[in-house]
Amino acid sequence: MSAPSVWLTRHAQTFVGSLGRLAQQPAATAMTMAVVAVALALPLFLNVLLQNTRLATEQWNQAFDLSVYLGRSVGAERAQAIAKQLRTRADVAQVRLIPPDEALATFRTASGFGKALDALGDNPLPTTLIVTPTVTASTPDGTQALQAQIAALRDVDLVQLDTEWVQRLDALLEVFRRILWLTAALLGVGVVVIVGNTIRLDILNRKAEIEVMKLVGATDGFARRPFLYSGLWYGLGGGLGAILVVGLAVALLAGPVERLAGLYGSRFELRGLGWTSTLPVLGAALGLSWLGSWIAASRHIRAVRPS
Amino acid sequence: MIRFVDVYKRYPNAREALSGVTFEVGTGELAFLTGHSGAGKSSILKLIALIERPTRGQVFVDARSTAAIRARGIPQFRRKIGVVFQDHKLLNDRPIGDNVALPLIIAGIGRREVEKRVRAALDQVGLLAKEKCRPLELSTGEQQRVGIARAVVAKPPLLIADEPTGNLDPDLALEIMQLFRRFNEVGVTVLIATHDVHLIDQFPARRIVIESGRVVAGGAIEGSMPRAASAHVASPSGSTLVDSMSTFQSAT
Repeated sequence: MSAPSVWLTRHAQTFVGSLGRLAQQPAATAMTMAVVAVALALPLFLNVLLQNTRLATEQWNQAFDLSVYLGRSVGAERAQAIAKQLRTRADVAQVRLIPPDEALATFRTASGFGKALDALGDNPLPTTLIVTPTVTASTPDGTQALQAQIAALRDVDLVQLDTEWVQRLDALLEVFRRILWLTAALLGVGVVVIVGNTIRLDILNRKAEIEVMKLVGATDGFARRPFLYSGLWYGLGGGLGAILVVGLAVALLAGPVERLAGLYGSRFELRGLGWTSTLPVLGAALGLSWLGSWIAASRHIRAVRPS
Repeated sequence: MIRFVDVYKRYPNAREALSGVTFEVGTGELAFLTGHSGAGKSSILKLIALIERPTRGQVFVDARSTAAIRARGIPQFRRKIGVVFQDHKLLNDRPIGDNVALPLIIAGIGRREVEKRVRAALDQVGLLAKEKCRPLELSTGEQQRVGIARAVVAKPPLLIADEPTGNLDPDLALEIMQLFRRFNEVGVTVLIATHDVHLIDQFPARRIVIESGRVVAGGAIEGSMPRAASAHVASPSGSTLVDSMSTFQSAT
């Protein structure tokens, strides 16, 4: 056998061997994997919530129209011309013109101020254009730019865009996102420490064996190898566990969320974990566990000296 | 093969284990390291296997000063020395075949070659039939033979043993000694630390006698002078080189 294939065979044997060793202590192994799973599941679940909130609010953003109030003196013809001009814009999907009479009629029925309005004698309402931005322009920045440009038009009195709460929501989501990252970072460190500590105990339990290996000429790297593979197994088990937990949580929430969305007249559906989020989670689980085992194994195996 | 020049060893918070030890073991030689328990035999073996470092003085193994071997080089260095321990130091969770294979696996030797050499080594110690047994299923004598098989499987030029017959009855001990002699006959340098004087009386080999951390007899190879002349390393008992030689000769 050539040297690389010997090396590969040895690695494969160690890989499987370390799994066998973990299987000999199923309770302890399951416990470590469960802790890793819980630590990873929390940020993963927060991430699912964040993604879904994003999706939900994106749909709301699209529903935003701009109310363009024209000057009181603007006539119906001029109003039609402005509406036509706006319709030619690339970032405008639709323009609806509401003449003052129609606006007054709607207001009269909707507000219940009928008598008070009668007292005014004159219709105080201007011509209103309801401008719906295109989907691509329905971002906070896009609608704001649109607002500014329409406001600059001649005969336009006021453009109202109720973006304040959208911006607040956006800021809130940003805070939420930061919290998610902080949680993920803290729990990631937690995974490193948990796996590291487990590996440390494992090394202490197998000190005699490591001593013997060193006595017959094993390098630290050779003695470390099975522990690194144990770390990878903990990561794999923990990562799969986290995905399972979050998958279950999403399944449990899907029904109520759909009903809630239905009450708001939305067909929003809770989106679970796709490949794009499961694979990075598995990667992170493996990476963090490997790091933990590497730190612990490097430190503690170096410290084992045959006597 | 082994040369100690004025070696001192003091362990932390302990008395001096070795006080100016000078001796030599030639390549291909079989020698005994004898003396009472605690005389310093184990310390000498530990210095050879680089389990410990001398406080003062120089240790040469295979013409190399061990002081020049850094921590990184120790694994490679140990692969050239077979070590047999009184307590065998076998891994009880795996079959003896795997125990014997360990040095070869560590050295990165291919599976087939490993299997072949493990069988050969187990055959040499008469345990081929028990390859699949675990150490605790074997008798103490058999376990010791597994330890020897593991020590020789990588064909090291030097074999050192610390009280290899310590826990064995005389018949088994004799058997183990004969094994060592057989390895010596094929060119392996063998150094055996033992306090069992009756046993080594039956073997014509040089005895290096240690007493309270000093070599009191048998330090030099017959017909050669120790390089650190006894002029400035006067042995404490006042025994000169000539005394040592005569002790050695009377022992044989």
